Amino acid sequence: MVERRPLLLFIQHAVLIFGAAVFVFPIYLAFIASTHTAREVNSGLPLLPGGQMFDNYATVLGEGLSTAGAPPIGLMLMNSTIMALAITLGKLVISLLSSFAIVYFKFPFRVLAFWTIFITLMLPVEVRILPTYEVVAQLGMLNSYAGLSVPLIASATATFLFRQFFMTVPDELTEAARIDGAGPMKFFRDILVPLSRTNIAALFVILFIYGWNQYLWPLLVTTDESYYTIVMGIQRMVNAGEETPQWHLIMTTAILALVPPVVVILGMQRLFVRGLVEVEK
Amino acid sequence: MSDIRLRNVRKVYPGAAEATIPGLSLDIGAGELCVLVGPSGCGKSTLLRMVAGLEEVTDGEINIAGRQVNDLEPARRDISMVFQNYALYPHMTVHGNMAYGLKNRGMPKAEIAEKVGTAARMLGLADYLDRKPRQLSGGQRQRVAMGRAIVREPAAFLFDEPLSNLDAKLRVKTRVEIRDLQQRLGTTSIYVTHDQQEAMTLADTLVVMNAGRVEQIGPPMEIYARPASLFVAGFIGSPPMNVLAPGTGAALATAAGIERAAGHAVVGVRPEDLRAQPGGPLAVTVRVVERLGATANVHGVLDDGASEVIASLSGTDLPGPGEVMHLGVNPADLHLFDHASGQRLECAGA
Amino acid sequence: MARLVALEVHVLTKKVTFSHRWLPYLLVAPQIAITLVFFIWPASQALYQSVLRQDAFGLKTEYVGLANFAKLFNDPLYLQSFYTTITFSALVAGVSMAVALVLAVMADRVVRQATTYRTLLIWPYAVAPAVAGVLWWFLFNPTIGIAAYALDALGYDWNHYVDGGDAMTLIVVAASWRQVSYNFLFFLAGLQAIPKSLTEAAAIDGAGPLKRFVTIQLPLLSPTVFFLLVVNVVYAFFETFGVVHATTDGGPGQATTILVYKVWRDAFQGLNLGSSAAQSVVLMAIVIALTAIQFRFIERKVEY
Repeated sequence: MVERRPLLLFIQHAVLIFGAAVFVFPIYLAFIASTHTAREVNSGLPLLPGGQMFDNYATVLGEGLSTAGAPPIGLMLMNSTIMALAITLGKLVISLLSSFAIVYFKFPFRVLAFWTIFITLMLPVEVRILPTYEVVAQLGMLNSYAGLSVPLIASATATFLFRQFFMTVPDELTEAARIDGAGPMKFFRDILVPLSRTNIAALFVILFIYGWNQYLWPLLVTTDESYYTIVMGIQRMVNAGEETPQWHLIMTTAILALVPPVVVILGMQRLFVRGLVEVEK
Repeated sequence: MSDIRLRNVRKVYPGAAEATIPGLSLDIGAGELCVLVGPSGCGKSTLLRMVAGLEEVTDGEINIAGRQVNDLEPARRDISMVFQNYALYPHMTVHGNMAYGLKNRGMPKAEIAEKVGTAARMLGLADYLDRKPRQLSGGQRQRVAMGRAIVREPAAFLFDEPLSNLDAKLRVKTRVEIRDLQQRLGTTSIYVTHDQQEAMTLADTLVVMNAGRVEQIGPPMEIYARPASLFVAGFIGSPPMNVLAPGTGAALATAAGIERAAGHAVVGVRPEDLRAQPGGPLAVTVRVVERLGATANVHGVLDDGASEVIASLSGTDLPGPGEVMHLGVNPADLHLFDHASGQRLECAGA
Repeated sequence: MARLVALEVHVLTKKVTFSHRWLPYLLVAPQIAITLVFFIWPASQALYQSVLRQDAFGLKTEYVGLANFAKLFNDPLYLQSFYTTITFSALVAGVSMAVALVLAVMADRVVRQATTYRTLLIWPYAVAPAVAGVLWWFLFNPTIGIAAYALDALGYDWNHYVDGGDAMTLIVVAASWRQVSYNFLFFLAGLQAIPKSLTEAAAIDGAGPLKRFVTIQLPLLSPTVFFLLVVNVVYAFFETFGVVHATTDGGPGQATTILVYKVWRDAFQGLNLGSSAAQSVVLMAIVIALTAIQFRFIERKVEY
């Protein structure tokens, strides 16, 4: 469309660039802080990178903050990765299976099963903190990877997304597969799952970020430092008793905590956007 | 070579008040291509899907190659099917699509490759075996669907409107290919379509269906020449048969010496049986002339004011809109139907 | 991750289904088992405990009816927390949606570079709320933070350790920062889904950019606005625990003690079981109400 309004165009770009700058600024500053010494950070932060980057990251990854009683961040990174992947894969697998059952079979209690899954939407961890903690404790799952991940892998969201997608798969494909001699599980494995690839990938991004960014849950079920995840570990470092927080190391950790999900989101941007909008539709 | 026999096959959908197919019998000889034709909702697809095993049979019996198949899974009926939208597995290559059914039956890899190769060559798909369906044209996809059907060498092919997703030109070309392939392989086939032209050109046996019932079974030309009912007369043939207003029809029949027509018969005449005849018995006020090349369809109203007729005329000397032209018809080409039942009355001819 | 999802109220199956005696049960078993053990059972425990009172040593419990709830709603601290949460949610939803809408409208208009700007704007969504809190805290740190320093230069003495308003501002900014990305994506998708022919027709009818936005785009965007409003309120209510816990710890005083933070603190530091369970039940009611609102909206969207 022909529209010549140079001033408007200028304003648009100005607003967008300003917006983007404000968005990036906190992270830029965190990165800057992660390249300086404690003294430099505490005496008025410079706006350009310093020379401590290697030292800071090595310290944090290898030793952690002994003063804060936190384990090396390398371990926390590994814990976060394990938890995020376990949650993601677990959610994907059980959601694919249950939505397959609900869409492709007629069986007694099908509707009950559906509503049971649906009800999880209304019961986020935050509204049942204590009793859930008690269940996990009784099952002996405190301070374990299973305790960190299994209670979070029931997912109505993923189940509904797959259900929605399955409903759009043409019936003729199922019929063709039946004529070709494929039973239900063969159809699931050979046809349905491969067809869901894009949806699986899109959900992977969303669920990985969801898993990685868990905060309250690991806070509840871990008391043993060797199971700390990085996102909750940061908080321990900030509130390290009476000492002045070691901001340069905290910011180094913050950068490490946000890089994996940011890389995933930017690397799979198109899938992420599609997945997000689909999930919420 | 095997035949298909349907005995009193009934289909009632659960909860439906009326039967979709109230009871239908049909014999299809070995190697025959049988076309089921009828308007949408007439039950032709349901019938085909019952033969395939995709719909439960409420009542009656379906035999394929002498074996009762009512309770067999589709995969065990020794049939293959070509779907309207082809139902190709989008994530598999052409080879993968054709091989899937064989693989599920545990056929050795080498044998699969050989069979797929043969079928692909027959269909001109040999160069496309590694492509995915989305990289193919509509016509090529259709051929992959055909390939998937023939590679299994089944007792019967079932076609569910396989050409309706193609453009007009390709449809005509593919129609010929399907006929050629079916004749060469000699496989018994059931073919469902709503397109009467497709039905006419393909069928050994034509089954015209309406509201779950068979209106007429027979070779296509016989059905065309002697439609058993007004419904068949209107459905087979394009443009459809003209049905004349009672007075005009009776007059025409009486003039032709057919006594019974007076009063209780409906008279029909095919557009291609009408000819220009100065002073002929039918005076038509022309409305529209559609020129098709070799012939032209002249649409007009008879002077009785009630009968709309189409005449399919050849030649270049055609009237313009608003002009009156006179048409005549050979008495042998008049079709008489019972006024009440719509059934054909067998007394035509002077 | 938002937990409100559209679905048809009728639970549909395919027309073409498989039949198998036990396979479907096996397929739903893992999901159902986890749901029962970790969702339904704890939730019913909360319901059960909310009508009980336990003595200090956990030796004796008695049925007290709705006494826990009555006590809760007579507790000025709880009511204050309610008020704090509502203020916080309104601010987060308002700020993050307004900023996102402005950015999305601008990005939608610069067709060619829209993807570039999208890339620049979406990634804060990947940053955990707790980490976002720490980042902004660092920025606003009264002694070393750049933002606090800048405010000081402008004559404002920022100190969120002392000033409740400052603390609230801090958590609102940190919580909104991340949510702007999310809202931006939905607004942009919504704007891009509006047929270009509509705005073109309006342009031919003589409407300028602002008028087109107000009369064409905004009304057509209203379902998205409503949807995001619910999602953002849910987010602010239930998913911002990390922001509060990692930065203000609910303080100073009670200034930033939102409901979710309070239920956690009462359970794990106050060890008040009955009250904590009653608070859980209240929160559950809130989620259910929000979900119901969401569903009404979906019905409208289908009509639309």
